[in-house]
Parts: sequence; C-alpha cells; structure tokens
Amino acid sequence: MTSTPLDGSSTAGGGLPLDGNAMAGDLREIFAVDVTAARYVCAGCTHTDAVGTLMVWPHSPGLVARCPHCSDVVIRVVRAPGRVFLDLRGSVRLEVPLEGG
Amino acid sequence: MGIISRGFGGRRRESVPGLPPGQYLTHDFPVLSAGPTPRIPLDRWRFTVTTETGEKTSWDWKEFQALPAEDVTVDIHCVTKWSKLGTTWRGVSIETLLENVDTVAEYSMVHSFGGYTTNVPLEDLLDGKAWIAYQFDGEDLHPEHGGPARLLIPHLYFWKSAKWVNGLQLMPEDEPGFWEAAGYHMYGDPWREQRYQGD
Ligand SMILES: [Zn+2]
Repeated sequence: MTSTPLDGSSTAGGGLPLDGNAMAGDLREIFAVDVTAARYVCAGCTHTDAVGTLMVWPHSPGLVARCPHCSDVVIRVVRAPGRVFLDLRGSVRLEVPLEGG
Repeated sequence: MGIISRGFGGRRRESVPGLPPGQYLTHDFPVLSAGPTPRIPLDRWRFTVTTETGEKTSWDWKEFQALPAEDVTVDIHCVTKWSKLGTTWRGVSIETLLENVDTVAEYSMVHSFGGYTTNVPLEDLLDGKAWIAYQFDGEDLHPEHGGPARLLIPHLYFWKSAKWVNGLQLMPEDEPGFWEAAGYHMYGDPWREQRYQGD
C-alpha cells in the first residue's frame, strides 16, 4: 500500500499530510482486518468516509489522522517499544467490512 | 535506563556529554507537526492565562512585547530522539506572566492555536524554567517552529514546548493533553526517559 502527499507533490516535508493509507502498517499489526478500508464517522462533524481518505501527519511524535472535511483529529496512533496506542476519541464509530460478510 | 544497554543497539551516533539516554545529536532543526501550520496575524494574536476560578489575564502582541524579555541558551530534547544543544531564544518567562495572577493551582494546560494542548505541572513553569519564546537564533520565530510564539520548557521533552501558544489554563488536578492522552508520558523528563505511559 502506498501513501501520497495530498497536494500531489513528491516531497514529504514536515508540514504536508499524507493520505490515510500511511497508517496501514501500524494498524495491520493491531487488527486482523484492513482498517484503511473501514468507514469512520468524524466526532467533530459526522462526516463519513474510508479511513484511507483521512489526512495523516506522519512527522510528529505519532500519526495524526484528521478529517478532510473539518480537520478535527479522528485517529491518533502512538508507537512505543512493544506496544501501540490507538486513540479513537475523534471517531464516533468505525465500520469494518468483513470478508464473506 | 542504562546507557550501556542502549549503546548496544549498533546504531552508534555521535557521543556527546549533555545528551539524555537514548538521544542523538542533530545540527538541523526538524519540524514536527500534528496538523496544518496556523498562520496567526500579530493583530489577532492574544495570550490568555485562566485561573482555576475562571479569572482571565490576557496580553495582545503589543502588550506582550512590552514585557521584560530574556535571552536564553538551552539544550532541547525531542521524544523522537533528536537533541539539539546550545539553542538560543528570546522570550518572556512564565514567571513574569504569572506575577500578578492569583492562584493555588498545581497543574496547567497549555493551549495553542489549532487546538493542540499539553499538560505541565505549574512548578515546572516557574523559577526561570519556561518561557513564551518569540525569537529563535536572533530572528522572529518562523511559523513552522511555532511562531509568532511558542512555549519553551527545555527540561522536558520538546512536545511539551507547544508551538503557536495562545493560553495557559491553571488547574487543581493534572489532566492529559494532546499526546499525553494518546500514550505519551504525563510528565516527560528526558533524563529519566519518560517517553510513554508507564515509562
Ligand atoms: Zn470532521
């Protein structure tokens, strides 16, 4: 899975977000399903779309995924040695498609 | 946390006295952002101290610039493991800002334009340990590094030195800020390697 800067440029500087697929690696370690295909509901504005469409700022102490509609934080992922913290308070729910469901 | 066990990892970087455990030295100034960089016009800038009883004291940019400023040279340590030694800043000490503020609070939440927050015990902000800095290396603080003004609290990991600050909320109890709520340490002492919750 690849991630691209959302403005289409090729230089990923500190200020440029990536798309939500940038979280695929970290989330794959936690969940047995591809969470980037899940639908989030933003707690800030109730906007809903695939997790892969969130704006991700990777150049910080963790991954910060913001709603492309209202820019509120929807998901935070913090990696520590031997553990991953997943903060979901910015999402009302995640709807995860299951294979063969 | 032993320096010896860390050194065993193979990734041997410059070994310099003054570096907390697990840190390496950098000479550039990496930009870490959790969101878009806010551009705050100086005529819309305001810094507000709110006490635990709700009493507010605030300064606009002009009033803030009129406060006595200090030049400080400090080492900074980012939780992502880079450290930068001998950085020079100019700013107003928090002690100065709180001079006429009446409080018995022991904790604080630092607030920023853009919604970022971080918690710091009040005593860590006093006695010349923290400043609202508006110059770095002799120049106005660039927006990417937190300009117009950022918190500078060099004895804690640098995520505590919030960029684009606009307020200080004094609190009777400790509460987690943006990164502290998501797994980072409530205090963040680099010399004790307090990176994550439970460290
Ligand atoms: Zn939203």
